[in-house]
Amino acid sequence: MRTLKESIKVKSFNYKKHNDYSWSMIIDLDRCNGCGACVIGCQAENNVATVGEEEVGKKRNMHWLRIERYIEGEYPHVKVRFLPMMCQHCAQAPCESVCPVYATYHNPEGLNVQVYNRCIGTRFCGNNCPYSVRYFNWFDSSFPEPVNNQLNPDVSVRERGVMEKCSLCMQRIRRGKDTAKDEGREVQDGDIQPACAQTCPTGAITFGNINDHESKVYKMAHSGRAISLFEEKGTHPAVKYLKGGTNDVIG
Amino acid sequence: MSLDDNVKRSADAGVAGGHHGDVMALPEIESFRDPETKAAKAHYDDADIYRDEKGFNEHTLRPMFFTTKSYFIFTLALGLVMAQGLGFFVYQTFVGLGMAGIHEPVYWGAYIATFVFWVGMSHSGTIVSSILRLTQANWRRPILRAAEAMTAFSLMVAGLFPLIHVGRLWRAYYMVPLPSQRMLWPNFKSPLMWDFCAINIYLTGSMTFLYIGLLPDLAVARDKAIAMGNWRRHYLKVLALGWRGSHREWSVYNKCSLFLAVIILLIAPSVHTIVSWDFAMTMTPGWHTTIFGPYFVVGAIYSGIAAVITLMITLRILFNLDDVIRKFHIDALGKLLLVIAIIWTYFYFCEFITNWYSHKPEEWEVMAWQGHRFPYHLMVMLGGSCLTIFCLSWRRFRSCMPCMFALTLLVNCGMYIERYLIVVPILSRRDNPFMWTDYTPTITEVGIIVASFAYFIFLYAIFIKLFPIVTMADVKEGVIVSGDVRLGRHAVRVQVKE
Repeated sequence: MRTLKESIKVKSFNYKKHNDYSWSMIIDLDRCNGCGACVIGCQAENNVATVGEEEVGKKRNMHWLRIERYIEGEYPHVKVRFLPMMCQHCAQAPCESVCPVYATYHNPEGLNVQVYNRCIGTRFCGNNCPYSVRYFNWFDSSFPEPVNNQLNPDVSVRERGVMEKCSLCMQRIRRGKDTAKDEGREVQDGDIQPACAQTCPTGAITFGNINDHESKVYKMAHSGRAISLFEEKGTHPAVKYLKGGTNDVIG
Repeated sequence: MSLDDNVKRSADAGVAGGHHGDVMALPEIESFRDPETKAAKAHYDDADIYRDEKGFNEHTLRPMFFTTKSYFIFTLALGLVMAQGLGFFVYQTFVGLGMAGIHEPVYWGAYIATFVFWVGMSHSGTIVSSILRLTQANWRRPILRAAEAMTAFSLMVAGLFPLIHVGRLWRAYYMVPLPSQRMLWPNFKSPLMWDFCAINIYLTGSMTFLYIGLLPDLAVARDKAIAMGNWRRHYLKVLALGWRGSHREWSVYNKCSLFLAVIILLIAPSVHTIVSWDFAMTMTPGWHTTIFGPYFVVGAIYSGIAAVITLMITLRILFNLDDVIRKFHIDALGKLLLVIAIIWTYFYFCEFITNWYSHKPEEWEVMAWQGHRFPYHLMVMLGGSCLTIFCLSWRRFRSCMPCMFALTLLVNCGMYIERYLIVVPILSRRDNPFMWTDYTPTITEVGIIVASFAYFIFLYAIFIKLFPIVTMADVKEGVIVSGDVRLGRHAVRVQVKE
């Protein structure tokens, strides 16, 4: 029989072991062709509300992941660049400190987590996010008859008046970790795939544990092509972008 | 002897003072009955009110006890305006905040601008009255009550806006630091939390300040109400705390109001600094500046004093108080407004010039975008600085009531637009150029904001009918402490002591 002290020790050891994960996402901008499949994948996985044409016109779309399109150069030498933008899961997140009710906080695995039940909708976090990737539920979301059948049971549907944002598919991370634990091993590359990474036809999005020096994301993040968005803001995002090649194909 | 008897007797005496043994009535005001001081009285426009104290009490309590028909019509109209705002608010709460015009990067819109405006307005009353108390400015006396009441009411209106603006009103109590089963503690790192605390402290402080200042006047009103058999005696008896006007009561009262004046003077600037930190503590370009603290405080005092002048002139006309609120008072307030206008203009200029000179792209983008709203800026510049400073420099303008009324309204329009320009254009030009958009308020927002103005006026109108609006005790004290000094053949009215 284990003593109480021992069991606490074992527990805390396990807990620490779990903290060894630090999730990161690498997006290869040179591979992105702006098809928008990731946006749809994300929307289907996370029960993101569809708000309708009129509301989208008012910039009230709820896409957790959006494709930003930038145009370089003057006609006729024009190049289009695409930038998939989602919550950057900043290590020094500006949104976290300003929330008066702790509805958003940093979890031990380096994710910026939104707690819908705590949120009272002051929208201060949205004002302090330099990436503008936090979305507000302006109205109650509706999922009419056939659509409600495709709702993901692992993800809660948000009430009106709360903020929401990319969670790096928290539910999939949980499942991946549980499976790995059952098999008595650590999470490896390929165990967890967020919806966007799974959907991306060109494989531009990679997800993994950056604490594991053998992982793909670690290698990519140290490849010399990696950049963080708005680096001068000092937010230290967990999402990194690769650039430096060309994508002249889309000219 | 029961309290009622005591009160009745003192009511007969016509003063707030009692009259047996250790309790002393207010000293007789000899100087006004003395024919020799006629020359001194001529110093004022008309010294009718100082003929006798009873007459003065009657006169200043008139707005409280006598109500005209038009007053009821006016408050009914205000009620209708409030009702439409309430309707919009209820609808917005049940349907969703999408009813307001705010959207993706502009998460804070006209609601927050109005919140800042009302908190700014609240800075006039208490801060002005405490500064004037501490500096012993003699002209302050009749205006104190009206200014302090303004603080309390504009704070009450301001406090509504965060509630109107939050997404889940029914969960807004999460902000309250209550140890409960929720096992949640609010995040004290958040400027909104500081704001929540600061506004509550300020509301408590200014209410206390208002109430303590009211005490002697409440006693006078109580005596009158009991003598008249008016229904107001029921609450006045309780609220006056059995004030009899004894030496001890006056001495404690004076100490207390001095102490509160100092405390309020410390709290008030910190409150608006914290409101400015809601913006300045973020990393949003245009908001993240060190100038915001003092800039907001000065702006608050500015719009506040302008509002005090507007109110004074309104009260003067509506309730026939020309002999209590004189041209001289408006002139003095006008001078104070001039000084604040100059300081505010300096800040306005500073904010612009540093941004323009450094030309940091993200900050300059905000400035340039504000430039698209040149008519607004013109309004701010005219109302806020140029026109005001020019006009207030002339004594003839300062003592012209309609001119001052119009100008102070213009100042507050300018200051409202300035708050709007601080909140909205900066959010529509955030760091991420992909998300740049514009914002226009919807009918819901306009309706609620108009209702908030009606609510403020309504609270004030109710206050006037329930409490004495002129600081009678202070005016009388001013009369007592001033005396005449003979210089050769001339008698000059001076303030002897305070």
